[in-house]
Amino acid sequence: MALVSFHAVDKLFGTVRAVDGVSFVIADGEFVCLLGPSGCGKTTTLRLIAGLEKPTAGTIRIGNRDVTQLPAKDRDVGMVFQDYALYPHMSIAENIGYPLKVRKVAVRDRDRRVAEVAEHLQIGDLLARRPSQISGGQQQRTSVARAVVHKPLVFLFDEPLSNLDAKLRLEARSFLKHLQRELGVTAVYVTHDQAEAMALADRIAVMHEGRIVQMAPPLEVYRRPATTFVANFLGSPPMNLLPLRVQTGKRPRLASDEVEFALERDVADWLVAEVGDDGDLVAGVRPEHLRLERERGPRTLSGAPYAVETLGPESLVTLRVDGALLTVRLFSDEPPEVADVVHLGLEPQHLHFFRTSGERLEQA
Amino acid sequence: MSPGVRAASFVFGRIAFYVGACLFAAFFVLPLLWLTVAPFSTLANLSVQWPDPWSLQNFERVFQNRFAIRALTQNSVIQAAGGMLLVTLCATLAAYALSRAAIRGTEVITYGLVLFSSVVTGTAAMVPIFLMVFQLGLIDSHLAVILVFTGGLLPAAIFIMRDFVDSIPRSYEESAMVAGASSWAVFRDVALPIVRPGMMVVGVWAFVNIWGGFLIPFILLRSPDKMPASVAIYSFYTEAGTPLITLTAAYSLLYSLPVLLLYLFVNWKYGFRFFGGIKS
Repeated sequence: MALVSFHAVDKLFGTVRAVDGVSFVIADGEFVCLLGPSGCGKTTTLRLIAGLEKPTAGTIRIGNRDVTQLPAKDRDVGMVFQDYALYPHMSIAENIGYPLKVRKVAVRDRDRRVAEVAEHLQIGDLLARRPSQISGGQQQRTSVARAVVHKPLVFLFDEPLSNLDAKLRLEARSFLKHLQRELGVTAVYVTHDQAEAMALADRIAVMHEGRIVQMAPPLEVYRRPATTFVANFLGSPPMNLLPLRVQTGKRPRLASDEVEFALERDVADWLVAEVGDDGDLVAGVRPEHLRLERERGPRTLSGAPYAVETLGPESLVTLRVDGALLTVRLFSDEPPEVADVVHLGLEPQHLHFFRTSGERLEQA
Repeated sequence: MSPGVRAASFVFGRIAFYVGACLFAAFFVLPLLWLTVAPFSTLANLSVQWPDPWSLQNFERVFQNRFAIRALTQNSVIQAAGGMLLVTLCATLAAYALSRAAIRGTEVITYGLVLFSSVVTGTAAMVPIFLMVFQLGLIDSHLAVILVFTGGLLPAAIFIMRDFVDSIPRSYEESAMVAGASSWAVFRDVALPIVRPGMMVVGVWAFVNIWGGFLIPFILLRSPDKMPASVAIYSFYTEAGTPLITLTAAYSLLYSLPVLLLYLFVNWKYGFRFFGGIKS
């Protein structure tokens, strides 16, 4: 059953197209992350679902209702704001109970439900306090409690973890995922942190300049990014991208002034069919799929070291190859030994190909 | 300059500074001191003298003046409290609208209002105001005084309130809307409690202004039983126009007490400040 759906939704602010022809369907119980850089339209999309913005064109449905023109108060959603938006003049109990109060739920039922939710979110002993008297993590839970207390159809999260410190953030992330699974409520979650999106989502919608570039399960987005933008946005560090030419002939290969990389005949033929002989394309490989090689070979890339970063369980080595920077991720707690010229090896199946316009080339 | 001379000139400089500061302070303190001691002396004059003996006789005679007491306990209270309520209510609603409505030029309106109201003073506008009140048939009514004061105080009150309303994060109201609250409920449950300290400040400020206002009630009111205390204080003057200092002092003290108490109450309850911000 589709729970939230957008059909060709546009949102203009003056002449700025914040959301540009967005369509999607979110299934009941699904956890969807809207991922993208700031200004990509992800927060506007979330606010359109909440009813805090009215679309310029298009249709929005929640459940079996067309809510396009419905004000926020009638949409039956729960939302967690980036700054939590807890009311400073109300106690934690009053904050959590507010959605029930405006729904005119009887005081006794309200108190019972607030206690139940607070207990569940482990803030049961804070109910009498004011928001300023509890920690950031507890404020965040209070805000979540207020969003779930009236059992909404959809949860909306607007970067709820960005105000927490790094350690607390990981804890809160697992907690949110657990909670969403347990309650089985549909959730839409806005973030610019790709790791958060990967960890939480059933599906990620990557947004760029008001459009959804790719909407797929996290591993699919990671393994088969639809464009160079997605490839560059996901992964930490992101995918290495090198502009190259594809050449057939005696030795089918990818080449540039400094790079030569041998290709299988059938792969080269397919790429030539797509972009033409000696045609330009962008080749991509993830840092974790590169390894250091002792010497140059037909399937290596070579360059001078640019930076070595040891992070504990892993190390990052960055090289300058043909004017671009390539990063290798090495899973070892030993600092890597780096020579003056470094050779990188990779398995051909880990190569991604994109047109110079950015869109992915996929072998049938 | 030798070190000794420099030190001496420093000491002399400090002494001169403190003497100057004391003289300056005395200028403001003396009238207040006079107001606290003169009412209790039957021989009070314009100098500050310790009462000998202390006596409440002045107050007794003031309370015998029915006209002055009625002015203080009824007319002034009606006019100041009525104006205070009206100014606070209108300023809060107007500031909320100016801060939140998606109308272009609300900044210009706000600053224009303040500028306009400070350029066109009440005194300069007195003749047109009188004619207007006359045509409305409101001459010699409490309502006329309340309305004219409200009109004069509103621009600055809106300006002060707007700062308080602007300091409420939008997300507070948005989260209430998503929670299911109507526009009115959002205002009542979220915005109003947060701007309450601002309302108190504006309320006290309006009260003080009306309580101490002389010209407007003096011109708009006719019958003695509607005059406020600021006008009634003239009933302690002799027919020759010289004040009976003993009675004027006692009446002045009674006249200033409500304002003082109101200020202390608001300061204790909310803190007195002229800017917004969440104090939680």
